[in-house]
Amino acid sequence: MCLSIPSKVISIDENNFAIVETLGVKRGVSLDLIAEPISVGDYVLIHVGFAMEKIDTKYALESLEIYKQIADDMNSGKISADEGDMGLAALKN
Amino acid sequence: MDLINSFRDKDKILALSQIIKQRSKKPLNIMEICGGHTHSIMKFGLPQLVGENINFIHGPGCPVCIMPRSRIDEAIAIASIDGVIFCTLADMLRVPGSKGSLAMLRADGADIRALYSPLDTITIAKENPDKKVVFFAIGFETTTPMSAVVVKQAVELNLQNLFIHMNHVTVPAPVRAIMSDKDVKIDAFLGPSHVSVITGSKIYEELANEFKTPIAVSGFEPLDLMDSILNLVNQHENGTHKVYNEYARVVSKDGNLKAKELIDRYFQPCDFEWRGLGVIKDSGLRLRDEFSYLDAKKYFNVEVGESKESKACICGEILRGKAKPYDCKVFGKVCNPQNPIGSCMVSGEGACAAYYKYSKRG
Repeated sequence: MCLSIPSKVISIDENNFAIVETLGVKRGVSLDLIAEPISVGDYVLIHVGFAMEKIDTKYALESLEIYKQIADDMNSGKISADEGDMGLAALKN
Repeated sequence: MDLINSFRDKDKILALSQIIKQRSKKPLNIMEICGGHTHSIMKFGLPQLVGENINFIHGPGCPVCIMPRSRIDEAIAIASIDGVIFCTLADMLRVPGSKGSLAMLRADGADIRALYSPLDTITIAKENPDKKVVFFAIGFETTTPMSAVVVKQAVELNLQNLFIHMNHVTVPAPVRAIMSDKDVKIDAFLGPSHVSVITGSKIYEELANEFKTPIAVSGFEPLDLMDSILNLVNQHENGTHKVYNEYARVVSKDGNLKAKELIDRYFQPCDFEWRGLGVIKDSGLRLRDEFSYLDAKKYFNVEVGESKESKACICGEILRGKAKPYDCKVFGKVCNPQNPIGSCMVSGEGACAAYYKYSKRG
């Protein structure tokens, strides 16, 4: 029951209820579990009709950039698996 | 922005696969606690991508799988009462009790409703003042705050016809129970995604220290899992046991404080009987005494007697990490998604269902 994907906030009404879009499908979700302000355009994680948390898209994109760098370096022979850095794990620890 | 496909990028996954295979020198048993991870691991073929040293063990992290038959029997007993509207998240409909499932009872005419959101119970209760509406509250820390919101609204609206059947459980307790079993050999954990959104990654630090076992909190996408596995391999090879938060785009160290406050306001710990693990002290949650008038079990006072699990089904062994679905004699034969014998086959995230769906041997 846990699999989910990021949903984009389309609108928010006065009852703290939002319409979100997930892969083209729109549905209503409660924002009652989110303490921080949510704005239209934000991405949120949805679970059984509730937004659980705002998704830090900047952090997600940074992670993807690091993975891309690792893949590029492997493919170009700049690093081998043995001598390369420790991946995202090392960079963040 | 496409955050979904970006975390499924083939080149990046293969790069991490290569690094993991080369770094992994020693056998490594990784238990994924969350059923969603089991599903992703099988769906994306991760066992083939990580090399032969790494063995995935499927843990007790699927809310459907860990429910003992007695709780299903209670639900069925309550849902059978005249004038009751029984509300549940859809996963639970097909789980077999001692005598059939909620789905079968519904086919016989009982008013059993599958919810999109637990909050739907509030609307149903308001629209049906002459009925008793019961919410089958299940799940780990992920769904507990949603149930707390239902209780909050029921109290604030002074609803007299809404009751909760409480089956919420917590993650650290079964992990501790499994690790205390001397027959179980687990070297590392993949920490659950959505549970950790609520609890924060900090709750695993005590477990990691106590059992000297690294834990990586991971997202569900294949890149999330590969990066988390790389971290666990590195830690295993280096002999460290830290908590690594790979899923920091939604998981913070302290979690969702608003959700945690709600849980604490309405619920308190209690003992809970887990399928396959037995009764674990303080591993479940019940309504606080001041809200016990909402407790469906007390209100309807149902007694179901002793509920026996199927003798052929080895879900319990699978949830303890002692057996794989293939080890079960009924797997893929008598027990299949159309005719599930045990809960690990019912839930799409159960280990048996994931093996059946994605594995050639299924």
